[in-house]
Amino acid sequence: MPDLDKELRARRDSGRKLLIPYLMGGMTDDWPQTLAAVVAAGADAVEVGIPFSDPIIDGPVIQEAGLRSLTRGTVPQEVLDGIAGAESPVPVAVMTYYNIVFRAGHKRMARSLAAAGVSGAIIPDLPIEEIDPWAAEADGAGIATVLLVAPSSPPDRVERICARARGFVYAVARMAVTGERGDLGNDLTKVVERIRNCTDMPICVGIGVSTPAQAAEVCEVADGVVVGSALVRRLLEGEGPDGAAAFVGSLRDAIS
Amino acid sequence: MSGDSLMGRPGADGRFGEFGGRFVPEALMPACLELEKWFDDAWADPAFRAELDGLLRHYGGRPTPVTECGRLSERLGVRVLLKREDLAHTGSHKLNNVVGQALLTKRMGKGRMIAETGAGQHGVASATAAALFGLECTVFMGEVDTKRQELNVFRMELLGAEVRSVTSGSRTLKDAVNEAMREWVASVDTTHYCLGSVMGPHPFPYMVRQLQSVVGEEARAQCRDVLDGSDPDVVVACIGGGSNAAGTFAGFVDTGARLVGVEAAGGAAITNGIPGVLHGMHSRLLQDEAGQILEAESISAGLDYPGLGPEHAHLAAIGRAEYSTATDDEVLEAFRLLSHTEGIIPALESAHAVAWVARTAGTPALPPGSTVLITLSGRGDKDVAQVREIFGRGRDA
Ligand SMILES: Cc1ncc(COP(=O)(O)O)c(C=O)c1O
Repeated sequence: MPDLDKELRARRDSGRKLLIPYLMGGMTDDWPQTLAAVVAAGADAVEVGIPFSDPIIDGPVIQEAGLRSLTRGTVPQEVLDGIAGAESPVPVAVMTYYNIVFRAGHKRMARSLAAAGVSGAIIPDLPIEEIDPWAAEADGAGIATVLLVAPSSPPDRVERICARARGFVYAVARMAVTGERGDLGNDLTKVVERIRNCTDMPICVGIGVSTPAQAAEVCEVADGVVVGSALVRRLLEGEGPDGAAAFVGSLRDAIS
Repeated sequence: MSGDSLMGRPGADGRFGEFGGRFVPEALMPACLELEKWFDDAWADPAFRAELDGLLRHYGGRPTPVTECGRLSERLGVRVLLKREDLAHTGSHKLNNVVGQALLTKRMGKGRMIAETGAGQHGVASATAAALFGLECTVFMGEVDTKRQELNVFRMELLGAEVRSVTSGSRTLKDAVNEAMREWVASVDTTHYCLGSVMGPHPFPYMVRQLQSVVGEEARAQCRDVLDGSDPDVVVACIGGGSNAAGTFAGFVDTGARLVGVEAAGGAAITNGIPGVLHGMHSRLLQDEAGQILEAESISAGLDYPGLGPEHAHLAAIGRAEYSTATDDEVLEAFRLLSHTEGIIPALESAHAVAWVARTAGTPALPPGSTVLITLSGRGDKDVAQVREIFGRGRDA
């Protein structure tokens, strides 16, 4: 599987801005094709959600996506099988909640991710205070655990988070759950600067980034952008791989 | 854990044995860490404690009495005492916690509280305290619960709170917690999340237990008065998240009394749950093979929760407390029994504890002649409409 950190660094260092779309695993029959389509449309990595019944950091769109996936009977291994089958040429990171990992067992989950060719994991309800048992297994299996820095994170925490982060650092643009927003808020620059002071890892910004124009604005200060709800909403509204590719393509064009 | 008591302070990582911790998004971590400092500081401050005690006494109606149940004792063959949280202002133990957290909200310089609620009792208590202190208040309540507890929705609104009906997931307590957490992320600078039970991330399970320990402290002294200096053989409380039980147990954990927590049969996180992580805590949870949380199902909205506080998971693990369940039918029977024999209509939640005593009295689990203290966590006014409908249905059938 591709190394998340190396891949993203190499692309960034070549002058490219990083585009990481998010989609919910198991939401529709054709979600692996959607994964392939967003890669073809210019994604540098893809974030794939493994649905959880109680997604406390997600807003209505991704909640709905998770519910649809669960209602279809999706279990975590099916999402991993879909990722493996898609044979993505760019790194894939899964995003899920800690109970899914805990229930599977740290070692078993780390091995399953590696076996599916997954490069990274984002577990937003697992803060650095609680991360060690998982991180040890993830590191051992070559899974990069991406960590989030929030606008509320004081500089000393940012330093500790960056020291523990793998793959890239996920900068949370605003104090909010996932969802589309009309603007980027006022915290973006501060958060990115705090991270920049601690690490030379790639910094990608997510939470609320909804339009090509916003993505371009983000990329003026950060290395890349994660776009979730804006893409997932289109998929919920019935757009398939082609529609996803068109939207991701428009984001790609905007950040170049 | 540190301290001499079996229910002491959790470790720096917020653990009671293996349970507890802080499993929250990074956005909320600083707030959890700050809250711990604010609470420790307040709890050690005699002025804060005096203000809290004064409010609980002059506003909340404390101390609540311990009542000997003559006719019920005769009926069951065991000596039954009730700790009467039903007589506290707003009709349940929930006010103890909320007055403390509202004082803390002011101390932290925040002007708004948010809360989740199941039965509506914690929501009503929160709205009450918010009115008392001039705080803004938003209460999240599952849509299923807003329907079965309509009157409590009106009460909260009357008290000046905004009630937000939660339509995600199972539309009950667990989803109300999810929504309150989401709102907290978006408003943490100005808003305190007034969690209603001994659950969630550290310091909530510890803080709420400390604020509820007044129930157990009072009860121990009152029981010794009634029982010529001795303690009850068994102390029983119902468990949703576990706050009235934790507050009660805190007063008796270092005595010889047996401690029994009673969960709803359809939400029995100790009996049927397995270790997992939800709502910021590592505890026992109803969940499937993949780790998806299952929906609890109970006649009482306040016990409709697929987990319980981490300290209870710990007390069960070390064997200091026992956990049992009561079915909806047993609960309705107990609801009627206490009403008939003692003239006290219990909350459906509290009726779980009564149901356990009624079921086990005279068996080895509660031998004839034992003395048992039940924490009657709340009064049943909020439930009479629902129970009337159920009894009415039974008559028609
Ligand atoms: C009267 C009453 N008792 C008990 C509970 C359950 O909460 P806990 O287990 O935290 O005491 C509730 C919750 O709504 C309640 O209203």
